[in-house]
Amino acid sequence: MATTVELGVQEKAARTPQPGRKVNDFSIQVATVNGSGSQSANTVLLRSIFQMGVPVSGKNLFPSNIAGLPTWYTIRASKQGYIARKKEIDVLVAMNAETAQEDVMSLPPGAACVYDEPLKLSGLRADITFYPVPFDKLVAPVCPEAKLRRLVKNMLYVGVVDALLGIEREESEKALVKQFGKKKKAAELNTAAVRAGYDYAIATFTKQDPFWVERMNANQGKIIVDGNAAAALGCMFAGVTVVTWYPITPSSSLVESLIDYLKEYRIGPDGKATFAVVQAEDELAAAGMVLGAGWAGARSMTSTSGPGISLMAEFIGLGYYTELPGVFFDIQRVGPSTGLPTRTMQGDVLFCAFLSHGDTKHILLLPSSVEECFSMAMEAFDLAEKFQTPIFVLSDLDLGMNNWMAHPFTYPEKPIARGKVLNEEDLTRLGGFARYKDVDGDGIPYRTLPGTPHPNAAYFTRGSGHNEKAQYSERPDDYVNNMDRLARKFETARKFVPAPVKEVSGTSKVGIIAYGTTHWALTESCDQLLQENNIATDYLRIRAYPFTADVHDFIKNHDRVYVVEQNRDAQMFQLIKLDMAADQVTKLRSVVHYNGLPIDARSVTDAVVSQETSSQEAK
Amino acid sequence: MSATTTPTPGPKTNHAGLTVLDYRGGKTTLCAGCGHNAITERIIDAMYEMGVQPENIAKLSGIGCSSKTPAYFVSRAHGFNSVHGRMPSVATGVALANQKLMLIGVSGDGDTASIGIGQFIHLMRRNLPIIYIIEDNGVYGLTKGQFSATADLGSKLKTGVINDLPPIDTCALAIQLGATFVARSFSGDKKQLLNLLKAAIAHRGTVMLDVISPCTTFNDHEGSTKSYKYSKDHEEPIQEVGFVPSFENIDVDYDPGTTANVRMHDGSQLRLRKLDRDYDATDRVGALSLLAGTHEKGEMLTGVFYVNTTTPSFVEQLNLTDQSLARMPEELTRPSRQALDEIMEELR
Repeated sequence: MATTVELGVQEKAARTPQPGRKVNDFSIQVATVNGSGSQSANTVLLRSIFQMGVPVSGKNLFPSNIAGLPTWYTIRASKQGYIARKKEIDVLVAMNAETAQEDVMSLPPGAACVYDEPLKLSGLRADITFYPVPFDKLVAPVCPEAKLRRLVKNMLYVGVVDALLGIEREESEKALVKQFGKKKKAAELNTAAVRAGYDYAIATFTKQDPFWVERMNANQGKIIVDGNAAAALGCMFAGVTVVTWYPITPSSSLVESLIDYLKEYRIGPDGKATFAVVQAEDELAAAGMVLGAGWAGARSMTSTSGPGISLMAEFIGLGYYTELPGVFFDIQRVGPSTGLPTRTMQGDVLFCAFLSHGDTKHILLLPSSVEECFSMAMEAFDLAEKFQTPIFVLSDLDLGMNNWMAHPFTYPEKPIARGKVLNEEDLTRLGGFARYKDVDGDGIPYRTLPGTPHPNAAYFTRGSGHNEKAQYSERPDDYVNNMDRLARKFETARKFVPAPVKEVSGTSKVGIIAYGTTHWALTESCDQLLQENNIATDYLRIRAYPFTADVHDFIKNHDRVYVVEQNRDAQMFQLIKLDMAADQVTKLRSVVHYNGLPIDARSVTDAVVSQETSSQEAK
Repeated sequence: MSATTTPTPGPKTNHAGLTVLDYRGGKTTLCAGCGHNAITERIIDAMYEMGVQPENIAKLSGIGCSSKTPAYFVSRAHGFNSVHGRMPSVATGVALANQKLMLIGVSGDGDTASIGIGQFIHLMRRNLPIIYIIEDNGVYGLTKGQFSATADLGSKLKTGVINDLPPIDTCALAIQLGATFVARSFSGDKKQLLNLLKAAIAHRGTVMLDVISPCTTFNDHEGSTKSYKYSKDHEEPIQEVGFVPSFENIDVDYDPGTTANVRMHDGSQLRLRKLDRDYDATDRVGALSLLAGTHEKGEMLTGVFYVNTTTPSFVEQLNLTDQSLARMPEELTRPSRQALDEIMEELR
């Protein structure tokens, strides 16, 4: 079949098969057609392994399309708890005729492949175990309604995989009930499909591949949630009151989840909403609404992705210069321009750090996990009001749209912090105020809210030059004083943003810096470097910009520091360089990954080893 | 001769106990004779006469000569001079955060009809509670006199350049899109503009007021259709606009044959006395047809084209609590520990 679009997620795999059972340490890839309803089946499969107590992660590698194009879902089970993407696929479920051949050809030797029988894949390779399943024949008896068969068919492969890998079928049935909730009929239908697939596999196949799931107890008490839903919860518990948005992949589900949660938990005793949500006409308007609401005293936010950030540049500059709070989530996807809308990247770091014309610097929060999507959402609102400035939370598609295991979120212990706002009593006591005066020496001025019933409460907000009293001014000294105070404010922020997380032995000469979802490849790569290459590393995970003193110290205390990230131009590396003294800059090395797929440990390990080897040779 | 002394009369106050000085703003920096200054004066008068509490007003604008004017009225109100063409979104945020504020947005024809047309359209569509004023002179003043999108076909710049594109009729657009009070006036028509502004203050929904406001520097010459002379010669009121605030005796001067009374949200009365035309300002289709006709005839009609006091505003549709979102305490905005536990349980 001819196609005008090039889709594919296969990377070259190089591995020699190893003998023996491989327990709780392999990856599954399900290749289907977008819009065929496989998402439920894949979630059930993921949950089944999760419920078996085995650490697991799932990544949806999908096309920018509603239905018809190929899509892949990879599940990784890892007894060591590695949840980054794994390059090699061990078990393939080939349901898509269009990609099946390529999918099979890219498997490493020793892999297993469950496939839809009419695809006749068994002849393609001799070094793979094939399990052909006549899905159409099996689905008919369990699903009398012909038009539902296409959907129910997916649940058959869950049963087949259960049987082949030793996943307890009851766990899949439990996961099904969770997945379909109150839709009893759907749950029953799909349960029958799981059983049919399971029974067929048990009766038909002799297990020949080495991959097994065995019960562990690593997931006690854990939850499964995607980063966007986690961030939405963070926003709700931060007390968000005004939410504006314009739909864009991969950010839409953040606000959609938030709307659902708000409707359930934020209707007051009078039956009325303690929040407002507006779907704006575009991202410019969404940003303008956030700032208008922030100016008037609401806790306001929007969520978008790179193309939206481009449109918001004008308002972010206004927010910086007029000093208005607002929280801006950027669920990063692959750019520039439309880029790869359904693939992941850490590509907006530099753009967000300095967004707008003129001299601007912005606070960035960099969550790595769903727990941090929750906690940093709350921190973002407090920081926005404390510093009276737009705050960016840079998540990404991998974190935002995929399901992650997590510890249950902790309820915030600190009360909501609203920053330096003067009310009518304060104004009576003070007699008045100057909006942009640095009273406390921290660069953060005091503000009043519109509607404050005091004749001296008002001030005039303008994106044009202004003096301490917020009056229009083009005087050189007024301009410089104000810009210097804004810089001072940014310096103050270093002490209040989330500090990095460090794993430092004190003896390693090599340091590694990562942030965001890149972290998950690093937890694994640091182990590989030590175990396979005897390279001991210290690790620092940056959680915010501006950098705290820890980042400087970490670089000072190491001979070579690798900055690992998911973009072409080494954006965090560049940002760190700007902050460091010249003698420290020469210690920095860069490792980048930017093909749109979530970064994997092997790529990082190979890159670090190669650079370490050449630095050894240079000696 | 009597020796009794009469007490010095205090300055005149409105029913909020404030003097007109309480509604003044900073000194204008616009050109002498600019139509915008006259509009500023009428805004001050209307706010004063209606007894609006200055601190309850939020003044908003975009960029341009017109957008500077919020600094020139009601200094006791918070003001926000935002970015070019984007005032509507900022205003929307303000309205959501604090529905108790009275919003007045001042824009220009460039700020509204060119760079800001997208946000203008959606503001009208939402029927956001705001008084949205276009100070309309058909040119870009601050950048020294380029045509805007409301310049009339065939009108001429000082430089001799002729406008060869048709104008956007912001009133027709506003009516079509959902604004609930749409009128046009002329900065030089003191009485009509004042009454329109007073009625605007009584309205709850989008008031779109297009005020022809000649630019004395760049567009007040022979050949301009937005000059003082042209406007004075061609202004044709479709009705006589009267307004009786709710706190005044409304049983005055009422002639049912020729006067249509519209009861505003706060109980005040907008009185539209028919002139030559037989015109019903509550008829949306009629309003659009009237405006379409004026383009054919080259008329400059002023008055209330459309008024609708029944459609709920955007903020009313959101079912918000009575307390403004900006001032909501933590008890109402942060769900309980139990709520989080419940959600966590669902995600297990």
